[in-house]
Parts: sequence; structure tokens; C-alpha cells
Amino acid sequence: MTTATSAIPARSRRLNWRRAGAWALVVLAVAVSILPFYWVLRTSLSSNSALASNASNLLPADFNLGAYKRVFGLQTAQESMAEGGSGAKIDFWIYLRNTVIFSAVTTAGAVFFSSMAAYAFSRLRWRGRNAVFSLFLATMMVPPIFTALPNFLLIKNLGLLNTMLGMVLPYLFMTPFAIFFLRQFFLNMSREVEEAAMLDGAKHLRIFFQIVLPNAAAPIATLALLTFIGQWNEYFWPLLVGNQDNVRVLTVGLGVFKSQSPQGAPDWSGLMAATLISALPVLLLFVAFGKRIVNSIGFSGIK
Amino acid sequence: MTTTTARGAVPARKASGTGPGSAAPRARRRPRSDLRVALFFIAPAMLGFVVFYLVPSIRGLYLSFTEYNILGTPKWIGGANYAAIAKDPLFWNALGVTTEYVLINIVLQTALALGLALLMHRVAKSTFIRGSLLLPYLMANVIAALLWFWLLDYQIGIVNNLIDAMGLPRIAFFGNEEWAIPTQALINTWRHMGYTALLIFAGLQAIPQHLYEVANLDGASPFQTFRKITMPLLRPVIVLVLVVTVIGSFQVFDTVAVTTQGGPINASRVLQYYIYQRAFTESDFGYGSALAVILFVILALVAFIQMKFLRGNESDLD
Repeated sequence: MTTATSAIPARSRRLNWRRAGAWALVVLAVAVSILPFYWVLRTSLSSNSALASNASNLLPADFNLGAYKRVFGLQTAQESMAEGGSGAKIDFWIYLRNTVIFSAVTTAGAVFFSSMAAYAFSRLRWRGRNAVFSLFLATMMVPPIFTALPNFLLIKNLGLLNTMLGMVLPYLFMTPFAIFFLRQFFLNMSREVEEAAMLDGAKHLRIFFQIVLPNAAAPIATLALLTFIGQWNEYFWPLLVGNQDNVRVLTVGLGVFKSQSPQGAPDWSGLMAATLISALPVLLLFVAFGKRIVNSIGFSGIK
Repeated sequence: MTTTTARGAVPARKASGTGPGSAAPRARRRPRSDLRVALFFIAPAMLGFVVFYLVPSIRGLYLSFTEYNILGTPKWIGGANYAAIAKDPLFWNALGVTTEYVLINIVLQTALALGLALLMHRVAKSTFIRGSLLLPYLMANVIAALLWFWLLDYQIGIVNNLIDAMGLPRIAFFGNEEWAIPTQALINTWRHMGYTALLIFAGLQAIPQHLYEVANLDGASPFQTFRKITMPLLRPVIVLVLVVTVIGSFQVFDTVAVTTQGGPINASRVLQYYIYQRAFTESDFGYGSALAVILFVILALVAFIQMKFLRGNESDLD
């Protein structure tokens, strides 16, 4: 008996230790995920020449905003060179404009047309529906590079290389994931309102716009958010089709900026300033919609 | 569950709801009359599917049997590209390097994510923690690549400074042939770990709580509970995660393109980067297409094997 009674506090104490250990590991994982971004910020606010001698201090080394001025092209070439820059800059506002257009147009098109298709795949009855849906779904398995080569040739033959139209076209009409994602929600929606409207003589177009879309506003917003972030981060296709200043997006611009940095002694603070401002829009989206994004990661959100 | 009940309820209501006269024939006629409407709704997506997925897939397969340097017209050469690939040391190198990358990336990432998901399930479910873990995944690959290119710099990167402070020799993470691939794998593990953990975490949340309560009453140890309840019920989720992450992992490109560009020498010339170089740098579209076909086949095989041997579509709940 005595062993049993003394065993209970011992066990709960052990459990507490275990909880503390578990917490410590979770905090460690959070630190590993977040701290690198702090280091980017710290570096971008440092002067490049002071970085080497002051490598491990947690605060910026010789705090100044020169790196940001360099990246935005606000410094003359001489000033830039004197601070350890390469003379390279990012046409940030142009790249930002391009990235916004690229991401917004593809997201709007893909989400809208995919929701139309998802409606046909879930709320309408027609022969061959499941076969066609499986075919669409199968494209999720095709590695993007396999279709990217012929798509590049198509865009080139249409004379659309280095145009915004050529960049957005392949994403504009649908993504298999969007159709799959929305179909799940449409299948679960109640048919009652829809059928009542149908009895009142409403046509499918009105039902789609006035009943289905408003009712699915939440999943559509989530999908749009995920699609937008995905497009914002896209690198491969814009690299192939849009590698000129007038259409270049931030990811591609960042790659070019990095490749212009001298091999031996890179302009680290400039590079990190450029990295941070490229990441900023998604960071802002994350601050605004973090909860929605986090909660979307489940099995309907698998990509 | 809700899906089946919602769908199952429809015919039942129709059968019983024949009251208002005209509704019955309308309901019976509907299956046919929807086709034209459906064609309208599906038309834009179908256009995109045919023009940017279906036709390119066929064209890509065709190009793989041709010699084509973008200018001029493709010239049919049968299986010559494939024969050349079989003897191409750069291809075999790329395949080996990619496999090494996938193995390191997937093993590390899945193990860490599983551990993290279990910990979160036990102690920390807050949105803040989940959000922080997800942050790296929301950043572009290019950004993750540059960030680590700096942190892992040989001379003044913080990681090498820490290694140096511990009295160990500095590591040329990007410049050393031995390290080039593990480094790429670590960067991508960092970016995907939280995301994968959240997927597994969602699977854990779906396990009915009462199973744990019963096991607890029966005096099962945490280890027993894990082995007899958590693992079997989580297995389908983990298999799905594996299929998706392995397919993604095989297509690593962005981080390599931004940092090592295949080097040093060929140490990080992964398959997708090699395809990119052959097709776009050397304008050898036929050869590039053949390589892409091979990558496609490898991915299909790997997915099939995983589903088959890990029984991804079966549940252990019988």
C-alpha cells in the first residue's frame, strides 16, 4: 500500500518533467523556424563591412539602412561600392507590381473557373462526370517540368515569351487542386435551398452565383489565399517565360540579384535586405490571415 | 461522414417528396438535362486542361523521341534519346544525387514532423505555435535558399561561427562535394518540417479521444497506447504525407538553382536541374523531354510502390 500511495506523486512528477521536456522541444522547433528570419533582419540592418568582424553579436553590426538604399537603387554606384555592394539593385517596385499582377490574375482566374468546374463535378448530373473528374485529378500526379517544356514551346510559338499574358496563361483556367478542394465543399452543401430555387424557376447560373458561391465564401477565400501565396512563391515557370525586367517577378529578381553579387565577398546585408523585402508581402498576409491559413492545413489542404 | 449522408439523403427526399405534382417528373428528367449546363460550367477548366496539361503531356512524350533544338522542326529519331540517357554518366549521377537528397530529406523531415506532431498533440495546440512552425513553408524556396546561403556561409555565417566556437572545423556546406546534397536536404527539411507536422497533427486530432480514455483505464503505458492506437490509426495519414512529400522532394530545383547551380562539379546536379540545363541552357529539347519522361515514370513508380507496400488506402480500423 505504501508503495502505491508514494508512487502516485512520483508518477505525476515524472509526467510534469515529461511535459516540461515536451514543451522545451516544441519551443526549440519554434525557435528554429523563426530565429533565422531575425538573423536576416539583423544582417539587413548592419553595414556589410562590419559583418565580418562582428559576426555573432545579436544586434546589428554598425546599424544603418544602407543595404535598403542599395537594393532600392537610392545610392549612387560609388556609394554602393564603398559600402561593399556590387552596384546591383532590385527594381523592387517593378518586380513587386509584376508579382502582384501575376499572383492576383492567376489566383482570380484559377479560383473562379475551378469553382465553376467544381460545381459541374458536384451539383450537376451528367454522364462521364466521374471519368472526367478522375482525368483532371490525374494531372496532379504529372510533374510540372514534364508539361513545362511543351508549354514553354507553345508560349514561345505564340510570341508570348516575356509577356505577362504568357506567364499567366497556364495557370489561368484551373488548377487540379482547386477543383478537388472546392468539389469537396460543394458536395457537402445542402441541396434544399438550391432545389427550392430550382422550383422557382432559377437557372443554374443564378444558383451558382447567388447560392453556391456565397455559401462557399469561406473555403473559396481560403483557397484563394493558399493559391495566391503559392503563386507569389513560384519560381520555375516565371524563370522560363519571364526573365526580362518588364515582367520579372520578385523570386526571379532575387535570384538575379544574388548571381550579380561578387563570389568571394558577397554583399550580405544587401542580399538579406532584398530577401526580407521580397518576403514582406507574404509576411503581411500571414499576420492578417494567419489563423485561416493555419487551420486550412489538414487533409483537404494537402498539396 | 457528412458527405455520404448529404448525398444519400437526396434520393430519399426525392422519392418521398413527390407531393407537389410537377416535381417528380422534373427530378427524374434531371440526370440527362444537366449535360449542356455542365458543358458550359466546365468549358474554361476544360480549355485549360486540354491546352496546358493534356496536349503538352502528349507533345512531351512525342518530343522525347525527337531531336529538337527549338529552332527548326523536331526530327524523329526513335528511342535514340533514351539509349543515350542509359549511357549518360551525368544522368546516372543526377539520379544518384537526387535519390540521396530524397532519402535524407524525407527520413529527417518525416521523423522530425512526426515527433513534433506528437509533442504538439500532447502539450501545445495553440494557433501561434502552429503558425510559427508553418512560417518557413510560406516563404518562397528562393528565400529559404538565400537565407541559409547566408547562415551557412563558410567565412562569417552564424552556423560556422558556432561550429568554430565549439572547437570543431568549419564546414563548407555549399562548396564541399560531400556536403552539397545534405545541405540542400537540410534546407528543404527546415522549410517543410512544420508543414508536415501540421498535416500529421491534423491526423492525430481526428483520432477519437475515447480510445485513449479506454486505454488509460485499462492501464496501458504511453508506449503501448502509441503502438496499439496512435500508430495504426495514423498510418494512412503518414502514407499520404509520404507519397506527397516524396513526389515533391524528387522535383527539387529552386534551392539548387539559386545556391550551388549543380556544383561543386556535379555534386548537386539533381534531376530537375539537369533537365532544365539540357532543355534550356543547351537547347536540347528532345533530350530534356526524354529525361522528363523518365522523371515522370520514376515518380509514378515510387507513388505506386508506396501505396502498395504501405497499404495507404486501407485503414487498420476493422
